Amino acid sequence: MTNEKNPVTQGKTPSIYPAKTKKQVTIIFFAVLAVYLFSMYWTQREMVGGIDGALGNMFNVISKFFPPNFAVLPAIWDPMVETIQMAIISTTGAAIVTVPLAVLAAENITTYRPLYFASRTFLNILRTIPDLVLAVIFVGLFGIGLFPGILALFIFSIGILAKLISETIEAVDMNPLEAMRASGGNVFQVIWYALVPQVLPQFTSLTLYVFEINIRASVVLGLVGAGGIGLILDQQLGFYNYPNAMAIVILIFAVVLIIEYISNKLREALI
Amino acid sequence: MIEFKDVGLVYPNGTEGLKNINVTINDGEFVVIVGLSGAGKSTFIRSINRLVTPTTGSLQVDEEDIIGYHSGELRKLRTKVGMIFQNYNLVKRSNVLKNVIAGRLGHTGTFRSVLNLYKKEDVGLAYESLKRVNIEEKVHNRADELSGGQQQRVSIARVLTQQPKYILADEPVASLDPPTSHQVMTYLKKINKEDNITTIVNLHFIDMAMEYADRIIGMRAGEVVFDGPVSEVSEQTFEEIYGRSIRQDDLRGGAEES
Ligand SMILES: Nc1ncnc2c1ncn2[C@@H]1O[C@H](COP(=O)(O)OP(=O)(O)OP(=O)(O)O)[C@@H](O)[C@H]1O
Ligand SMILES: [Mg+2]
Repeated sequence: MTNEKNPVTQGKTPSIYPAKTKKQVTIIFFAVLAVYLFSMYWTQREMVGGIDGALGNMFNVISKFFPPNFAVLPAIWDPMVETIQMAIISTTGAAIVTVPLAVLAAENITTYRPLYFASRTFLNILRTIPDLVLAVIFVGLFGIGLFPGILALFIFSIGILAKLISETIEAVDMNPLEAMRASGGNVFQVIWYALVPQVLPQFTSLTLYVFEINIRASVVLGLVGAGGIGLILDQQLGFYNYPNAMAIVILIFAVVLIIEYISNKLREALI
Repeated sequence: MIEFKDVGLVYPNGTEGLKNINVTINDGEFVVIVGLSGAGKSTFIRSINRLVTPTTGSLQVDEEDIIGYHSGELRKLRTKVGMIFQNYNLVKRSNVLKNVIAGRLGHTGTFRSVLNLYKKEDVGLAYESLKRVNIEEKVHNRADELSGGQQQRVSIARVLTQQPKYILADEPVASLDPPTSHQVMTYLKKINKEDNITTIVNLHFIDMAMEYADRIIGMRAGEVVFDGPVSEVSEQTFEEIYGRSIRQDDLRGGAEES
């Protein structure tokens, strides 16, 4: 850019950013840098003090876990299956309930603003509650067992799924929907014929993804009494029966890996 | 018969899409609407199946004012008025037959259509429609596997399956090359003549308008500035409608190639 071409600024080429912005950005940059350096120094000091103890401790603890006692496998198989069932039931339930919620929370389909805002807000509130908190509440309400776990995962999954799917819906091509409307289709027919085919692959993929999350989460929820393998793991740890606990951990690890592998393959096939 | 009586349309943002339109379109006519971008051609056409709603005047389709129509009546109106779009508006992931059978939605109950319980006649009708535009061999292909011209033919088949009394086409050839454009227009014209379906087409191209129309309506800034049979139209008429001299890009060309 030269001065002749830019008659507005006389004598000097303007820089892209105003001088004031430049100064502010420089100050912010150095402030952030200072915070980083200070916190690096501080954590280093704390860690060095603690790390020796932690290492020694760790070795002690780990040696207690070995060798794992695989003899318990037949006995823990049932709770493991329960955990998987918990994830399947809650994910399936959530996937079904998600459909109307996601449609209501999609701006391009729900053109009635108050309804759209209400659904959005409802989903946002759902998502702010951590799954663990839900589990603790439901265990308190319904007692120890699978049901509170399923309920907690169900609600937790709706929060994630409905949000992700409503965003997928908002990104669809609206042209086919208009064509279906123009040929006399009602709301349900328009959704079924023009919207569903466009979001079905994403929907399935996201549901599988949430299923994977739920398998892992259901183990953790078991620790607070929501049934399944997590509950058994918690009991064994409580009895200081570390070899049994280790066998359980290894089983969980294997199951999670297998399920993620299968679900990844399914997802690849879909997209 | 479609009758615009003093129809006006103001969009929510204050833009005047239509101003004081008085037009009568008789059964069986093939009408082409021309005008510059923003003249109100789409607004005119989309008023007829109430994708947009006029704010003043009365708009009658078969002697009934459609402006106050609500859901049930709207569905009935739209089964009678088929529409073809510039971007074909097919569901790309669905196959051709499923796209075409969607033309029956207005005639089919929600329950039946959601469970894909189509009547045998409807499936037969869909297949017949595909045959009429010579694309029946693609019946099981996914819509996004077809070329633009083929997709537009599928969308014509969808409208045929609807068995409408009127067909509206909003720039049906704007995304196609010259030979394909002529092919698509030829199908529309043929259907208009054979089935006596009143057809209203928006076009940018002067030469195509002259070749296919029985009657031309010229629009500028939301108003009808010309309305007459093709025989009365000359290059000067277009210059008056467009408010400028005719340029090369106002012509599609390629008529002899098709
Ligand atoms: N949904 C809308 N909201 C507000 N204004 C609109 C809307 N749709 C169209 N308009 C305006 O109304 C006028 C007529 O638009 P219309 O789409 O009918 O023109 P057109 O002749 O079809 O143009 P084109 O050849 O570009 O398709 C334009 O000024 C346009 O900006
Ligand atoms: Mg237009």
